[in-house]
Amino acid sequence: MSKEVVISVKDLVKNFGPRRILNGVSIEIYQGETLVVMGGSGCGKSTLLRHLIGAIRPDSGEIWMFGRDIAKLSDDEMHEVRKKFGMLFQSGALFDSMTVGENIALPLREHTKLDENIINIIVKMKLELVGLRGFEDLVPSQLSGGMKKRVGLARAIVMDPTIVFYDEPTAGLDPVMTGVVDKLTIDLTKKLHITSVVVTHDMNSVFRIADRIVMLHQGNVLQVGTPEEIRHSKDPIVQQFVAGSAEGPISFFQSGDDYLEHLTAGNT
Amino acid sequence: MIIVFFVDFFIGMVLAMQSAYQLEQLGATIYVAALVGVSMTREIGPVLTSLVIAGRVGAAITAELATMKVTEQVEALETISLNPVRYLVAPRFLALLIMLPCLVILGNMMGMFGGYVVGVTQLGLGHGLYIDTTIQFLTRKDILTGLLKTVVFSVIISMIACHQGLYTEGGAEGVGRSTTRSVVTSFILIIMADAVLTAIFYFANT
Repeated sequence: MSKEVVISVKDLVKNFGPRRILNGVSIEIYQGETLVVMGGSGCGKSTLLRHLIGAIRPDSGEIWMFGRDIAKLSDDEMHEVRKKFGMLFQSGALFDSMTVGENIALPLREHTKLDENIINIIVKMKLELVGLRGFEDLVPSQLSGGMKKRVGLARAIVMDPTIVFYDEPTAGLDPVMTGVVDKLTIDLTKKLHITSVVVTHDMNSVFRIADRIVMLHQGNVLQVGTPEEIRHSKDPIVQQFVAGSAEGPISFFQSGDDYLEHLTAGNT
Repeated sequence: MIIVFFVDFFIGMVLAMQSAYQLEQLGATIYVAALVGVSMTREIGPVLTSLVIAGRVGAAITAELATMKVTEQVEALETISLNPVRYLVAPRFLALLIMLPCLVILGNMMGMFGGYVVGVTQLGLGHGLYIDTTIQFLTRKDILTGLLKTVVFSVIISMIACHQGLYTEGGAEGVGRSTTRSVVTSFILIIMADAVLTAIFYFANT
């Protein structure tokens, strides 16, 4: 497989107020692969994803996608870039006021001049891909969490993007539905040759879908590798994450100051 | 709409009764008709109707947009290259800009009808005389300034409501907080704008 780079992130830095969320992250993402970004809560993986979709801009660093540095694009240019990728949100983010069919058809109706009959056919095809054909006329409130995510996925791929981003696609789903969504991710990548970037901390799903894994920790890239390399990593932090143990270098205490000092702070 | 009619109708009645109480001492109860007509169109109608709509429609807009914001729907709109301002704000802005003046006109009529009911049944004014006096004292300028105010108020309501909605953060609690803030801010700004506009119209006249 030729390794054509489709997204290249260089030295990405982002601060929120005094807190540094991303501390010089560099990643290369290849055509047709499923890259999983994993890491604990607050490690910056969601922030990284939001940079990739252009929702927030970096303090410094470059994000190359489709031959352009999207960190420096104007809003109008960003709109053009956004038409070329799809995004699956954590909760699906379907528009409540529209039916399933209208949700999926929206990008087509707004950005193409396709005939209404053709749009209907495309909507049915995308729903078939996610196994929900016949659900066009339901509204999002009538769907379960897993169904919403699958509809969200159908909407994300309706414009035939070359890249799809997934924000915690399996969060809050039962094991069977997790398997279904994972299988869909793999199928889409293989069948449609889409590049998938998945942000998750669900370890089972990581090893099922990933071609390569990026482990983020405190705003830095800790390790990049295949699932095998990550599973047998010597790094204690990666080890702890893979095993899911509470004991290890990742402390669940987030406050930095001294406990005794903090307890007695207000006392005289 | 029913709320607006209800409120304006009773305010018209109250206005008639309060002014009758004063004007009776001068033996000039017929001016109740003029007073109700002019103050409804110039002042009470636009302000009261706008306040009711800010509480009803403004709150609904904020709650809806805020919910869309916290459930990532606004971000989803952006990622499919749709501008939330064009797609969510513009239609609501236009709807209020067109509908609020219509509501105010209807509300004004209800207010004058309230005054008429009091005038005819309680103050012993003839029903033809009441209507004639109302029309006689009502100038085109009264109606125009009232509607101009309404247009300004409609802009205030839709802009505050959409802004508060789209800048919501923090889940269900954030939605509630934004909605409250939207109504309170609209109320204050409507009354402040009313004072400014009334002053402008008053001094521009002299």
